[in-house]
Amino acid sequence: MLQRLRRQLSGTMVTMWLIGLAILAVVVIGTIRTLAMGHYTGADWLDLSIYGIAQGSIYALIALGYTLVYGILRMINFAHSEVFMSGPFIAYFVAVAVDNAGLMGDSNWVIGLLIVMLVAMLVSTTVAVLLERIAYRPLRRAPRLVPLITAIGASFFLQYTFLGLFGSGIRGYPEIEALKGRMMIPGTNVPILKTQLLVIVAAFFMLAILYIFVQRTKMGKAMQAVSEDKDAAALMGIDVDRVIVVTFVVGGALAGAAGIFYVLLFRQVHFFMGFFPGLKAFTAAVLGGIGNVTGAMLGGLFLGIAESLFPNLVLDGLGIPAPYQLKDALAFVLLVLVLIFRPTGILGERLAAKKA
Amino acid sequence: MQKKIRFSWAAPTEADLATTDQALPFAWSTPILSGVTGGGLAVFLSLLGMVEVSSGRDIISDVLSMGQLLVLLCLIYAGYRAVTQTSSLAGVGDDDKRIAPWLLIAGALAGLVSSALLAILVLIGTTVDLTDFFIRATPNLFNVLTLGMGAPLGLLVLLAIGALVGILVAAAYLLPGRIRLSIVLGLGLIPVIAILHSAFFSGSGLSLLAAVIILLVVAGASYAWSTSQDTVKARVADLSPTRQRGMRIGAWVAAGLIVLALPLLGAYPADILDMIGLYALMGLGLNIVVGFAGLLDLGYVAFFALGAYTMGVLTSPEIQWTGFTLTFWEALPFAVGVATLAGIVLGIPVLGMRGDYLAIVTLGFGEIIRLVFLSDWLKPYIGGSNGITRIAKPVLGPIVLNNQQGLFYPILIGCLVVAFIALRSKNSRLGRAWMAIREDEDVAQAMGIDLVRTKLLAFATGAAFAGLAGAFFATKLTSIYPHSFHLLVSINVLCVVIIGGMGSIPGMVVGSLALVGLPEILREFSEYRLLMYGAALVLMMLYRPEGLLPEARRRLELHGDEEQAKDVSAADVPTRTAAAAAGTPAVLGGDE
Repeated sequence: MLQRLRRQLSGTMVTMWLIGLAILAVVVIGTIRTLAMGHYTGADWLDLSIYGIAQGSIYALIALGYTLVYGILRMINFAHSEVFMSGPFIAYFVAVAVDNAGLMGDSNWVIGLLIVMLVAMLVSTTVAVLLERIAYRPLRRAPRLVPLITAIGASFFLQYTFLGLFGSGIRGYPEIEALKGRMMIPGTNVPILKTQLLVIVAAFFMLAILYIFVQRTKMGKAMQAVSEDKDAAALMGIDVDRVIVVTFVVGGALAGAAGIFYVLLFRQVHFFMGFFPGLKAFTAAVLGGIGNVTGAMLGGLFLGIAESLFPNLVLDGLGIPAPYQLKDALAFVLLVLVLIFRPTGILGERLAAKKA
Repeated sequence: MQKKIRFSWAAPTEADLATTDQALPFAWSTPILSGVTGGGLAVFLSLLGMVEVSSGRDIISDVLSMGQLLVLLCLIYAGYRAVTQTSSLAGVGDDDKRIAPWLLIAGALAGLVSSALLAILVLIGTTVDLTDFFIRATPNLFNVLTLGMGAPLGLLVLLAIGALVGILVAAAYLLPGRIRLSIVLGLGLIPVIAILHSAFFSGSGLSLLAAVIILLVVAGASYAWSTSQDTVKARVADLSPTRQRGMRIGAWVAAGLIVLALPLLGAYPADILDMIGLYALMGLGLNIVVGFAGLLDLGYVAFFALGAYTMGVLTSPEIQWTGFTLTFWEALPFAVGVATLAGIVLGIPVLGMRGDYLAIVTLGFGEIIRLVFLSDWLKPYIGGSNGITRIAKPVLGPIVLNNQQGLFYPILIGCLVVAFIALRSKNSRLGRAWMAIREDEDVAQAMGIDLVRTKLLAFATGAAFAGLAGAFFATKLTSIYPHSFHLLVSINVLCVVIIGGMGSIPGMVVGSLALVGLPEILREFSEYRLLMYGAALVLMMLYRPEGLLPEARRRLELHGDEEQAKDVSAADVPTRTAAAAAGTPAVLGGDE
């Protein structure tokens, strides 16, 4: 009896569960102590949550790019963070021109914003498609590490190309007067920044469209088929190359839109701006179960909220000074924990070990 | 024989070629596309600012600057591409002279198109102010591109140079092989010598006379060698085995003495050598993890940081809470030990992961460690963003190794020890187990390899080497800050491993020479370092995934199919030969 138990519990399993329990204990203790201290009011928590949802919906949009590509090519498109960065970066020049042309005024800012957003989506899509064509397509049958290393190289190449061409300065986007300040969420008395409301609504709209695209259209179904089995899909008459290109197009367009939403919240572009959102969006994709479209959306939202609440909720209670400094570390800790304890993510099949 | 050239716009298809009578196909699109490629590259480099920043350094005084050399290389590339593609399209041997005038035309056209693109850039840039978008599109850049001659005249000269370069490339292509090789070597060595010369000695370029002498001497020597190498080799082969062994030992001793004497060049070269040594050390460590065991670790910097911080905490008098300060040598085992331990601890949770996931998770580990070091949380213990200063220097009896020259020797010894360990473990039972895991984990496990133990050993060994490098790094700089341990260090080491050749031990030295040494010598390009690393990673993966100095087994793995295909087709029917020769590399070719 004891022997059988011992055989089931290998050393690493025990260690991992002990680590897991320890982390859980730390989180619970931190939360209880913070709430007991009562530094923050209910309105503060609500504010943080709304901020988290806005941030999370951006993560969700980027995460879709990772998840779609991973689902089909079984590779992490490490350069997706640069796809995200390139759109709003180039669109900055358009935004300035649009602003000078008076298209960011109170009456017509919607048109101006739409133009800027279209440009950003177009640029991001172009970068994504070029990446696929030049860097990934020739390596489709290469050993598994080869495309990943290529993607890392492409990511740095793009980042520092933007640095070289456009400089290292932070460029501030023109501000839209009509989107300044706060308003009440319609029907409630919860105050919200107007930009946050716009970002949340627009992002959810895009997520819904994408969901319908993947589930209902012929192309979406072809994408699902290719991600199930490339060769069988080809035998069924699906043009795999085209599906892959479309996947990069969709991922790129979503990343470009996410870039504009990001700019609405933070009002600046920078050559390094893609790095952390990219990594976090990847984390979100893994959280939700990589390869799973709904999962990426949920994962993004979860990560955004966790990230904005966690430092204040848990670390503050543990007496760690300046907890917001560890905000970025949180995403990675979450990623590691998910991969250790639930590699399938919230809603995914087990991929971490099998198909990778 | 009648001269027949069949012109077309696009390259002819197989069907077109089949119906061809004696005519040689010539497609106009080939030189023009080559010209656009080369010219586009030149425009890109110009807008990046690489041409401008490097125009300050002379290759040949008053004749050629490095910026101009860059543009020239783009033109040469365009011409070369046009000429080789036109020639291979014609499908005739190099000695068939019918195509010769058309090769000259193709080269000239490609060069002309390239320089025309540059000229268009200059025209746009001098009429509209582009600096709002492209911060490097300054008047100075256009001045460099027009050779300081201003718009109309400079542009004409630029076009003329483009066409001339194309013609010269085509002419060189038509020369017999030996002469061509000698001239290319001679011309190629001029900038190399000039750059080394200006980096370490004078800061100015070569004189025109010196350049001509180098060209003549190198080309002459190369030609002489190419005609006499067979007799020399035969004479060496005739010597008795003991004499041959003696010669080989002599060569090794000479090489060793040269390496030992290198720091005597001065403090600055020694500093570069130290960095090369540190990266070679880390490359050797990561090589075990990535190259041998196939575990892509992007958080390698974490172990480097832990080694450096352990050294800092234990030896700096600033850190009071430990209650003691050790000397460098006392702290060194701890630095390596802490890193090794961290390798095992971080290795346990990722044991079950493969490939991409492992890469991202380890990247996460690296960032977590850096962010924690940077935060105020641990500030009382490890200095937070202020870092740790006054780290101890190694003392050997009466000698304090407190300068860059002295530090080279412990680093060199470290490299040798690590290389020895790597070399010995490579073909040991453990090394073979690592490679088995790299090839196929499931099969390896089925063969009785203990995955947990083997993987953890790979992580631990790699981490130990990084810890050693970190300790040397800390003592080299005497102060460490969290910013020194950015993700980019991991990427740099990964580049060393990839470019040197995964799994190859001498490759690590070559890789760190190329990636750490070269940017130091080409200081102008320091801000483009990561751009070039990124490009190098992509290009290596696309064209030479086995690295510069590949490991024999890896090369076979990546190109084995081609070699097999050659073997098969050689013995097979002739039609298969043609198919195999025309085929893209089987492994990497993909869906072209």
